[in-house]
Amino acid sequence: MTTEPLDGAQALIKTLDELGIEIIFGYSGGAALPIFDALETVESNIKFVLSRHEQGACHMADGYGRATGKPAVVLVTSGPGAGNTVTGLMTAQMDSVPMILISGQQVTWMLGKDAFQEADIFGITLPCVKHNYLVRETNSIPRITREAYHIATTGRPGPVLIDIPKDLSQGPFTGDIDLKEEFDLPGYQPELAFDIDESKVDEAVALMANAKRPLILGGQGAMIAGAHKEILDFATTLDCPLTSTLLAKGIIPETHDLALGMLGMHGTAYANKAICECDLLINIGSRFDDRIIGQADKFCADAKIIHVDIDASEMNKMISPDVEIVGDAKAVLNLFNKKISAKKHTDWNKTLDGYKKKFPLNYKKQGGLRMQQVIDEFFIQTKGEAIVSTDVGQHQMWAAQFYKNAYTHSWLSSGGAGTMGFGFPAAIGAAFAKPDRTVISISGDGGFQMTLCELATAAIHKLPIKILVLNNHYLGMVRQWQELFFDDRKSGVDLEGNPDFIKLAASYGIKGINIKRPADVSRMVQQALDYNDGPVLIHAECIKMDNVFPMIPAGAALEDMLIEPPKHKMAKPTGST
Amino acid sequence: MSKIITTDTPVDTGIDTAHHTLSVYVNNKAGVLMRITQVFARRGFNIDSLVVSQSRDTRYSRMTIGITGSSNGLEQIIKQVTKLVDVIHCQEHNTKDAIVKEMLLVKFLVDTKKRTEALQVIEHFGGKTLDLAPKAMTAIITGDPGKIDAAINMLSVFEIIETVRTGKVVIARGESAT
Repeated sequence: MTTEPLDGAQALIKTLDELGIEIIFGYSGGAALPIFDALETVESNIKFVLSRHEQGACHMADGYGRATGKPAVVLVTSGPGAGNTVTGLMTAQMDSVPMILISGQQVTWMLGKDAFQEADIFGITLPCVKHNYLVRETNSIPRITREAYHIATTGRPGPVLIDIPKDLSQGPFTGDIDLKEEFDLPGYQPELAFDIDESKVDEAVALMANAKRPLILGGQGAMIAGAHKEILDFATTLDCPLTSTLLAKGIIPETHDLALGMLGMHGTAYANKAICECDLLINIGSRFDDRIIGQADKFCADAKIIHVDIDASEMNKMISPDVEIVGDAKAVLNLFNKKISAKKHTDWNKTLDGYKKKFPLNYKKQGGLRMQQVIDEFFIQTKGEAIVSTDVGQHQMWAAQFYKNAYTHSWLSSGGAGTMGFGFPAAIGAAFAKPDRTVISISGDGGFQMTLCELATAAIHKLPIKILVLNNHYLGMVRQWQELFFDDRKSGVDLEGNPDFIKLAASYGIKGINIKRPADVSRMVQQALDYNDGPVLIHAECIKMDNVFPMIPAGAALEDMLIEPPKHKMAKPTGST
Repeated sequence: MSKIITTDTPVDTGIDTAHHTLSVYVNNKAGVLMRITQVFARRGFNIDSLVVSQSRDTRYSRMTIGITGSSNGLEQIIKQVTKLVDVIHCQEHNTKDAIVKEMLLVKFLVDTKKRTEALQVIEHFGGKTLDLAPKAMTAIITGDPGKIDAAINMLSVFEIIETVRTGKVVIARGESAT
């Protein structure tokens, strides 16, 4: 093999293989032909998975990335192929997920001349990737590929796109593939994240020593840094409760005594009360998303705030902290753990335990089937140990509330972008990444239909995913807002014409389980979990009118949280969507 | 397009805004300018002037960007620009720590009767005539943006046909690097 001259595409596949890329999700097409051919001609350990839509391929790579912390590759053709990945790239970028996207492109001399299936995907994707490349010469393909991997996986991770014109991928590679050309990245120094300003750490530790009611906010940054052990040590030594963002669910086991669950718009009442009453907030790797802080000037108004983030541009973006520490969450936590002394916050934890008892998350098991019950049953039967992916909407918030994750890297949900259609393909990616884990895909009837073509992908690879479709025949979250803030005028939310999901699954050769009554939930869930010969679609016919609480209307302060349905008419929210 | 490259008049974008001058040192590669201008546009910063040229080390380019926008968001936006993989560094400069200069080309109608007066104005601002025609004159004037504004103001007694400003460039004072 090695004596044969390589073309650019073969050099690409060899480089990806050397980088340890295990899997490529993709969809073929003209401009990517040489690269697809190289998958056949180059001997490698890379598995190729054909999706049914490029967006699906992107979310699969995303799910793989979230479940492993490693990037998967997405391979698509030019024009519409590349264009279909934009939502997937944006989703990964918003949630800092490592990913490498390779798109075929028209031949170089046709660029900018509106050639067939030509799109300026470099320009189109500029604002939704961490970095991108348009390859200009065949010999730079290995270096650019290694740079892309480096950029995607270091610092604050994110997606990197490499656009390769067809004449360059099929052109001769005349360099030495074993000679690793040096990176050309003078402006990129992720290693600085480990160079922590210790004086800031000392300031933070002094605040911790004096705090009476400290609270840790665990964010995705802590999870990416692999700091789940360090953050648990930190919380226990400081006897400090911890609330997590949506993306960091499972950073410590959510059933732990110190865990308060998720905070924010649909977070637990006790987490939001803790935010309102703490005197020190220690944010480890969260970007203070608007879904968390509500009304910014009232957020933790009386508390000191420590903000640890690997991305300096997150400092003072939403909230101005008292102490800013720029750096890798694990490196900072190691310093914290070295410098703090053990404390007891008995009264504070007792107060929060009181809130847990007074404002528990609950739901009714009478009056029709509720999404919460089905999710809760999956939680109970899997002990919170499964990998759970969700789509976006009411089911997502209920899943966040009721599926209490036992482990890190086990909650896959589009937080920043809020991408419907994400959950099911993300579960497929995770199932490839973690074949020994139970993978549950939770979707509503709306989002599921956006990417349901990937049922074929799940079926042909016999992935034992539990595909839960919680069907209320509505775009439920939007309907909830219309009910609360728009005099219950339903506009564009009725999903009449839904298919028979069981028959749909059957047409792909996928087993279906139908749940209609609360009394059947436990048995049906068990049946789904016991079936491992391939995917199983669990269709739950849920009540149509149910709302997610607690709720903080967008832009309102956390203290204005609605714990149950309001008795009076609500003003339209002032904050973000 | 002309508005993006340079403007002769300050843009009124409402309260709490100010002019700022940033020096950005970047990789000399295609597309880098797009990455940077996107950050400003998204956050509602208007680019008043923009000068890009290859650095002495040809792997890099120097950008001097004049922007108008909210002062309290500036620190964060500088960090967002700095974060871009192709940006080596991004710094704000003011006239205290840096020399700020701009070049003006101005063309105006002037007949022989008023030519001496016009030449006096140009000489006062340290400028030179570049082109002399029976009914018109083109001059070059360099200086800080305030001086350029003043020169245009003085030349307004003639009928100005057009002005072309380069936009400001800055270099740090003393021994420090820009």
